[in-house]
Amino acid sequence: MSQQSQQRRKFLKTAAATSAALAFPYIRTSYAAGSLTVAFWDHWVPGANNTLTKLCEDWAKKEKVNIKIDYITSQGNKDQLTIVAEAQARSGHDILQHPAWFAQTYAKQLEPVDDVMNPLIKKYGKVASAAEFLAKSKGHWIAVPAVTGTQVKPPLLRLDLFKKVGIDILEMYPVNKEPTKAADKWNWETMLSAGEKLKKEGHPIGLGLGQTTDSIDWVGAMFHSFGADLVNEKGDILIKQNDAVKQVLEYAQRLANVMPQDVFAWDDASNNKYIISGQGSMIMNPPSAYAVAKRDNPNVAKELYEIPYPSGPKGRFAGYLPYLWGTWGFSKNKSAAKSLLSHLLQRESVEQLVTASIGYDVPSFESMRDFKIWEKVEPPVGVVYHYPPRKDQTTWVACAPAPASMAQQMYTQAIMTKMIARCTTGGDSIAKTIDWAASELEGYQRS
Amino acid sequence: MRKRGGLQRFARRKSTIAFLMALPLLLLIATLVVYPTFYAIYLAMLNKSLERFVGFSNFTFLFTRETFWMVVKQSCIFAISAVIFKALIGFCVAHFVHNVPAKGQRKWRGMLLIPWVIPPAMSTLGWFWLFDPSYSAFNWIFVRLGIPSVTWLGDGNWARFSVILVNVWYGAPFFLIMYLAALKSVPEQLYEAAAIDGANWWQKIWYVTLPMMRNIISITVLFSLIVTFANFDIVRILTAGGPIDKTHVFATWAFLVGIQGGDIALGAAVSLFMFPILAVAAYFILRDISRRGNEA
Repeated sequence: MSQQSQQRRKFLKTAAATSAALAFPYIRTSYAAGSLTVAFWDHWVPGANNTLTKLCEDWAKKEKVNIKIDYITSQGNKDQLTIVAEAQARSGHDILQHPAWFAQTYAKQLEPVDDVMNPLIKKYGKVASAAEFLAKSKGHWIAVPAVTGTQVKPPLLRLDLFKKVGIDILEMYPVNKEPTKAADKWNWETMLSAGEKLKKEGHPIGLGLGQTTDSIDWVGAMFHSFGADLVNEKGDILIKQNDAVKQVLEYAQRLANVMPQDVFAWDDASNNKYIISGQGSMIMNPPSAYAVAKRDNPNVAKELYEIPYPSGPKGRFAGYLPYLWGTWGFSKNKSAAKSLLSHLLQRESVEQLVTASIGYDVPSFESMRDFKIWEKVEPPVGVVYHYPPRKDQTTWVACAPAPASMAQQMYTQAIMTKMIARCTTGGDSIAKTIDWAASELEGYQRS
Repeated sequence: MRKRGGLQRFARRKSTIAFLMALPLLLLIATLVVYPTFYAIYLAMLNKSLERFVGFSNFTFLFTRETFWMVVKQSCIFAISAVIFKALIGFCVAHFVHNVPAKGQRKWRGMLLIPWVIPPAMSTLGWFWLFDPSYSAFNWIFVRLGIPSVTWLGDGNWARFSVILVNVWYGAPFFLIMYLAALKSVPEQLYEAAAIDGANWWQKIWYVTLPMMRNIISITVLFSLIVTFANFDIVRILTAGGPIDKTHVFATWAFLVGIQGGDIALGAAVSLFMFPILAVAAYFILRDISRRGNEA
């Protein structure tokens, strides 16, 4: 073989090897999973986002994924705007956090996550029925119940002010213990009676009647506890045949008289400001107001206490706002997204998140409502022990059981709080208010 | 060679250069105004789930809604009253500034322009705190003067007053600056002649100032009417359309129905309703201007 042909052969071999190397780049491991962009709700509790960031980054390091995390606020509905924009553009984050009814509205565009939820349910038991109702479409899980942001909005009240008007809250809901028999008398009438006395003391209760979630959620629970559902699961409008609607509006007229006049203009920050200022004796809120009071007005914070909802004729229901983590169908990295979601819903992760939120976040797996954090947050001791709903109350999403296509309109248009506003500050009669609401509901039936 | 020479000549023509210089703006308008408008028209003709063409059904549906007619009424009240007050305040303040000695005019102009220069979302947030249910500075002063607190944003009528007030505060400087410029262009001789004829201050305004400023008044009113009618940020931040939808205008209601409510088709239909209303107003105002121009 001539030297020339040897050199040529060597060259060809080298060229072939190089081409092969370029055509088949090195793949690190089976865990290498590209990049992932996620957007979570910007938590109200200072510092709570940091724990979620760390959990995601730890997961990303292990799975060798490049993760980018955004936190989107719900103030001004920025999160809702992002969801709609990404759905329209069919482009955006791989994982996005959806409030309440939004996942149902965009069900067709979300990736089914049965393969995430089914193993988790097998491991941890059932999910709160309200969360399952919102996260499932046509029998499939279209999103997973999120940890951060999923909340209830029970009474957050001043122990000292209630004691001044003769109501010993600790007798009903003792520190770090189950409710006593005395809690049976904590109902809407008792609350109203306390409200009358507190108004005379110069510290009225302040329950928002505006058009944001803090107002809509507690009013939805109140309506349901009276049996005043406006629409059934089939989408039939019940409002005119349901006497309970008239009863709840009559009650609301009396309640509005003991509250500040401007509750009709409150947004999600107004009630927090009201109790932190020291003016208010009670609001309906998760512990975010307490967390900020602890920082800004410790004298008020040490008197605050969360207790369950008052009961109504049909039971005790907790106004529940679940958030859901969904993966878009157009996501380019669904496997990584599902892996992250599964990681975040493991008990250890959930406990870290709930602890970081000082008990604000309510796990959707009922078996996880026994974390120690709810006993430990203080002062006062036990301030959030009664916050997560346990055996004594059922979570309820405002506007359920209406079908999602109607419920989203009912929720965002705040039909229930508007009904109360119309028959109180609006000057309409209850009959006229019901007629108006029936007409609005007929409009929401359009397809 | 001939072809190249022709192309070069074409490129050097003033009209071609003008078109090329305006092209970036035209492209911007095409992508951010024209395309969204046609897309909105397309969306407004689909059903709620955006799957079926339904023609004008969304528009006819809106005619049956009580809230829609309330929004129409409120938008008209909001736009017309805000523009009237802005024009009046702008006109009066322009006269005051016009009569300030030249040395001090610049700083007065600067100070009075501040509301218009601050981004409206920021300044509205400031007003929101002034009206805050718990921490209102106005109510704090009122209470100390023995005046009862006002529910600025919680009562329907007060909420309407508040959004109009903020809009007037924000928009009056625009009228001020336009009318100030117009005042400076009115010949001084006309006022001298009027003074010789024995005219008082009101007669000078009525017979000299206003006729000379008619066109500029018409154009500023039209411009402000369009912008105020389509206002979103002030209402959104102050009241989000509440209480009980009593401060909703088209833009905020379209956002509520379309974006928050998940009914994009209906939201698009709501937003398009502004167009015929404003087109009618624009037609009548511009027709007057054109007539006066022809008469002159």
